[in-house]
Amino acid sequence: MEFTVRACSGHGRVGSLRLASGLEFETPSLLMITRRGLPVVIPPEMLMDLHPDSRACQFTPMHFLEDPLAAVVAKAGGVHKLASLTGFAMVAVARDSLGNEIAGEEASNLGASFETSSGRRIVGLEKYMEVVNACKPDLWVSLPDEVPHWVPEKRNRESVDHTSQWLDHCLSLQHAEHGNRCLGVVVGAGSLEERARSAEQAATRNVAGFSLAGFGLGEDVAQRGFHLEVAIAKLPNDKLRHVCGLGSPEEVLQAVGAGIDLLDSTYPYMLTKECLAMTFPLKMEVPLRNADRDMQPTPDHGVASGFSLAKVNLRSATYGIDETPLVTGCKCYTCKRHTKVYINQLLNSNETLAQTLLEIHNTYHYLEFFKAIRESIKADKFHEFRTWFTSQRVFGMTYDVSESFVA
Amino acid sequence: MNWPRALLTDSGGFQMVSLLHLADITEEGVTFQSPVDGKPMLLTPEDSIQIQNKIGADIIMALDDVVKTTTTGPRVEEAMYRTLRWIDRCIAAHSRPHEQNLFGIVQGGLDPQLRDICLEGLVARNLPGYAIGGLAGGEGKDAFWRVVAQCTAGLPEDKPRYVMGIGFPLDIVVCTALGADMYDCVYPTRTARFGSALVSEGVLRLTHAAMATDYRPLDSSCTCMVCKRYTRAYLHTLVTKEAMGSQLVSYHNISHMMQLSRNLHSSILEGRFPEFVQSFLQKQFPKGDVPDWVCNAMDVAGIDISMCRIPQSA
Repeated sequence: MEFTVRACSGHGRVGSLRLASGLEFETPSLLMITRRGLPVVIPPEMLMDLHPDSRACQFTPMHFLEDPLAAVVAKAGGVHKLASLTGFAMVAVARDSLGNEIAGEEASNLGASFETSSGRRIVGLEKYMEVVNACKPDLWVSLPDEVPHWVPEKRNRESVDHTSQWLDHCLSLQHAEHGNRCLGVVVGAGSLEERARSAEQAATRNVAGFSLAGFGLGEDVAQRGFHLEVAIAKLPNDKLRHVCGLGSPEEVLQAVGAGIDLLDSTYPYMLTKECLAMTFPLKMEVPLRNADRDMQPTPDHGVASGFSLAKVNLRSATYGIDETPLVTGCKCYTCKRHTKVYINQLLNSNETLAQTLLEIHNTYHYLEFFKAIRESIKADKFHEFRTWFTSQRVFGMTYDVSESFVA
Repeated sequence: MNWPRALLTDSGGFQMVSLLHLADITEEGVTFQSPVDGKPMLLTPEDSIQIQNKIGADIIMALDDVVKTTTTGPRVEEAMYRTLRWIDRCIAAHSRPHEQNLFGIVQGGLDPQLRDICLEGLVARNLPGYAIGGLAGGEGKDAFWRVVAQCTAGLPEDKPRYVMGIGFPLDIVVCTALGADMYDCVYPTRTARFGSALVSEGVLRLTHAAMATDYRPLDSSCTCMVCKRYTRAYLHTLVTKEAMGSQLVSYHNISHMMQLSRNLHSSILEGRFPEFVQSFLQKQFPKGDVPDWVCNAMDVAGIDISMCRIPQSA
């Protein structure tokens, strides 16, 4: 595996990542979400052509504890073969973005608690690595003892110690022939000192990169920024950095601005579940008024009509006669073939095709967002892009950076 | 829909049977209670045809007065005669006869005399195609095939015959042998959502514990995307738990049905239809236990299946 930083803009960087399989990516890169190895609603045979960058997926080893068993994955020859996603990057992330609730429960020396198909249970090192080795992922995170920021100091210290010990243990259990693919976890929750300590320890290990954990758990946005900064300052510049738990556009921008290279995000799927289409503009040159409809934002910010610059509520009766695509000019499968009125009809008839079509578009749009981010870094305009993006999200009202994003 | 291929719309008549506790059927039309807001909705033959004209499908169905096959007594006769009166109203209301083909639906329950009267009446209207309706509703298989046989015998040779609501592969093979051409059913996708895959031997219940370690594809003779990529063991873990499980098994089941149609079609064209039927039955009934109703139907259809009643050696 090779990772090379190609361009910088502030702390944000564009890199090229070349995996052992030969697959190449430009970072920062979005990892698409899977459950049991497959996308949630997008037909697997459509994934390859969804977008030029739709080649990288996240998966959760905890989905392969029982159902299917690690043995089933091993027999198939790994998760790529099991899910028939050869030609994709499959990155193992312990945290299940869709279902898991991190509660800061007690963990023993042997493992931490995770949500599995048979309920919450402690997953130990041997088991975790059995699954990881059976799956043969392109990259995998070490077993984390991830806690939220509100846990007591003692528990937080313990989580840093556990995580560091478990990183070493995971490395000792990894299959040598799979090469250096480990992303060492960095925790530290509510304490900047602990965060720095965790990062320092991980930095000395022989890993392919790092995975920053303990975010997206209701922490203060400014605090999150400090934690990212403090951790990354201790990590080598030339290794990959992944973060889990951050997925909204503002969170992505904050993470990328701090120097993150890989994110898995449930944001597209969260919108799809709420029957929303992602529509925010991607180019700084586009005027704030919606180019499609030339409408001024209404005093209720479009709540009644389901209109906003960022998202479109396809259930709204407004779209019952709107024959335009979700986003005019979008080249995704859905926008090339279908209109808002059709998706509105599908949603009102409770047809699952609506979710599939929306998810295809939302994933495409988010991949375009990541591309726009990379372009802005290459042009050394990341800061301008971030400022423009966050300001246009609220119709030009002043946007207080310390407010958390509300989806 | 951006669907450039053929489309067929139903009239709304089936809902009369499936939502019967909501319906009041009069000469004028059918009154439903709207499932959305509870307000009464009247659907007349004219309404049904107008809506179907707007949707624009290639084949549209007449609004018929459908009764449950298990109904007995004068209601069955009333429904049959009303269907004939309504077909005239449908024909009169049809504003796009040169673009959309209006099919009449043969009713009459399980009574051969009523079916005869209905057949005669519909054939006299010289419609572009005919459906055999009022079946697939819980009647015994023996009564079912006899009605299909009577209708195919009484319908014109040179027009499509559409048996509504039929979807079990065995039923389709039997009806095809009796001279039917078209079928529709929710069965393939519904059974997929419950974790059952359609295969040459019958139905594979993916939820069964044995599937957890079965690394074969769903059907060894199937070339669909799902059978090329996924094993039973993996699908076992997906069905009833992930939306993707339903999607993948539905995909296979639909492919399976399309392959069955292709096989029926080409075997007839190539003059080897009886051989196809024999091979189909041998795969489905390796112990030779072909049901009596199938044997009787094949008798009338003129297909020799005596060899299918002998158990296959292991």
